Amino acid sequence: MIRAVLEPGGDAATALYIVAFSLFIVGIKQGTHPTTAKRGNLIAAGGMAIAVVTTLLLDGMGNWGLIFLGLGIGTAVGVIASIRVQMTEMPQMVALYNGVGGGAVALIAWSEIRHGISLGEDFPLDELIPVIFAGIVGSVSFWGSNIAFAKLQDLIPTRPIAAPGQQVINAVLLLAIVVISVVLAIDHESPSQGLFILLLVLAAILGNLVVLPIGGADMPVVISLLNAFTGLSAAAAGFALDNVALIVAGTLVGSSGTILTLEMATAMNRSVSNILFSGFGGAPSGGGGGTGEEKPHVSIGAQDAAIKLAYADSVVIVPGYGLAVAQAQHAIKEVADELEKRGVTVNYAIHPVAGRMPGHMNVLLAEADVAYENLKEMEEINPEMSRTDVAVVVGANDVTNPAAKNDPDSPIAGMPIIEVSEAQEVIVIKRSLSPGFAGIDNDLFYEPNTSMLFADAKAAAAEIAAEIGNL
Amino acid sequence: MTEITIFVLAVFVGFEVISKVPTTLHTPLMSQTNAIHGIVMLGGLIVLGYADDGLEYLIGTIAVAFGAINIVGGFMVTDRMLGMFARKPKPKVKAASSASRPGAAEEGSGK
Repeated sequence: MIRAVLEPGGDAATALYIVAFSLFIVGIKQGTHPTTAKRGNLIAAGGMAIAVVTTLLLDGMGNWGLIFLGLGIGTAVGVIASIRVQMTEMPQMVALYNGVGGGAVALIAWSEIRHGISLGEDFPLDELIPVIFAGIVGSVSFWGSNIAFAKLQDLIPTRPIAAPGQQVINAVLLLAIVVISVVLAIDHESPSQGLFILLLVLAAILGNLVVLPIGGADMPVVISLLNAFTGLSAAAAGFALDNVALIVAGTLVGSSGTILTLEMATAMNRSVSNILFSGFGGAPSGGGGGTGEEKPHVSIGAQDAAIKLAYADSVVIVPGYGLAVAQAQHAIKEVADELEKRGVTVNYAIHPVAGRMPGHMNVLLAEADVAYENLKEMEEINPEMSRTDVAVVVGANDVTNPAAKNDPDSPIAGMPIIEVSEAQEVIVIKRSLSPGFAGIDNDLFYEPNTSMLFADAKAAAAEIAAEIGNL
Repeated sequence: MTEITIFVLAVFVGFEVISKVPTTLHTPLMSQTNAIHGIVMLGGLIVLGYADDGLEYLIGTIAVAFGAINIVGGFMVTDRMLGMFARKPKPKVKAASSASRPGAAEEGSGK
């Protein structure tokens, strides 16, 4: 077996850890462009290999059988999961990874406390405080992520689930967690393991209660936020274990999660606290309502749509999550291929919250072989809209609603939208006129230059592609 | 205090680097940061390394397994996704996708 050679906390080990986290930073930096991102990912993986090997070589390492058991199980699960997962399921997978990451941190924190107590050691505060923090945040992330996973996987209802007085319960839980933490810190010469376990349990309950009331449409924010939490918990574990690799890597993850959280919240024009504590997603009774009086709208068939598209110069496709639900990515790509054969320029306008997590729609379209250059961000495509002949909205709703711009009283007022109504003509492929997640009517459907194609996205796209081919 | 210094600098580096990642690549960014978060496996290895009773063995082994899931699953699924973005007219695509298996490298170095 490997001889333990490196002194824990020694210069050699620290130097190797520094190399490791530098490679993480280089790896992420290469992730700024798709042509280098793949190499960047390998570089980061190389950094991880160095960090793991360094740790295995530390003096005092033992229990090799269990170490390899853990590595073996984790590797097997990771390999199988990453090969089997569908791209539509990426949000669930990231939620699960957030969860196991947070869970690992909570377990490490527990083990640190337990081991210290059994040795009768005095905990210096600069070690105990990070351990407590890591335990709390790790536990909240683990349980919160499990709920997020269950919601995304439809194991539990995606609509907000909340008990009356929920805010009060959460506040009491949070207060109890703070009080117990303070008690543990005051008693740092011999902290009670029982109290620490109680802390983990309360944090677990809090994690469940905070995520349960959040609606499906707000999941991109929740996943990003839990991502940030797990990062912070890893950094805290790094403080407790005096390990620079953990501190830097955890902080990188924390920064990433924070940036994504803020970006998602901005794209919904809501504050993070509003998303977490208001139970939006299902508040208005939406759904079947509003069918009583139908406002005048233009309805067309696949053939008309094909003609409009085939004789256009430029077409912008605006996909929403409905497209992914209908598994219509490939069918839409076929339409685009047919149009490109005829010399029509086709681009895709992607709203930041078009999928179930940041950047999700881009991955779904990339899977359908849509070229990276044709995936346009909202800010990039909006100025082009007035020069676009036909905008095709597929499975998207609220993110195209002009009310966000024109009606200051609308619930989504101020939300950045893809300005499809600026295009010469708009075709909306949708099953009915029903409202989207925000539960409000979409004015776009009733505009004079909008045509509605009532159909399943996949079937409609296949039909349109065939019609264009026949023209 | 040194550790606080490292932390604060890392916050600035993190924000600087990550804010340059385009929206289009945010899903791979997230799965990659999941993988980097797998660094907590080091903590698992350290606590398992010195564990000396049944419960600590159990806790440590689960922590190591969780960390390994993050590392292997995270890097591999990121690689798979980025392959879809890179995949384009270029003919050398096949070679690139079969040669790159970060998870496998990880697995090898662990054993």
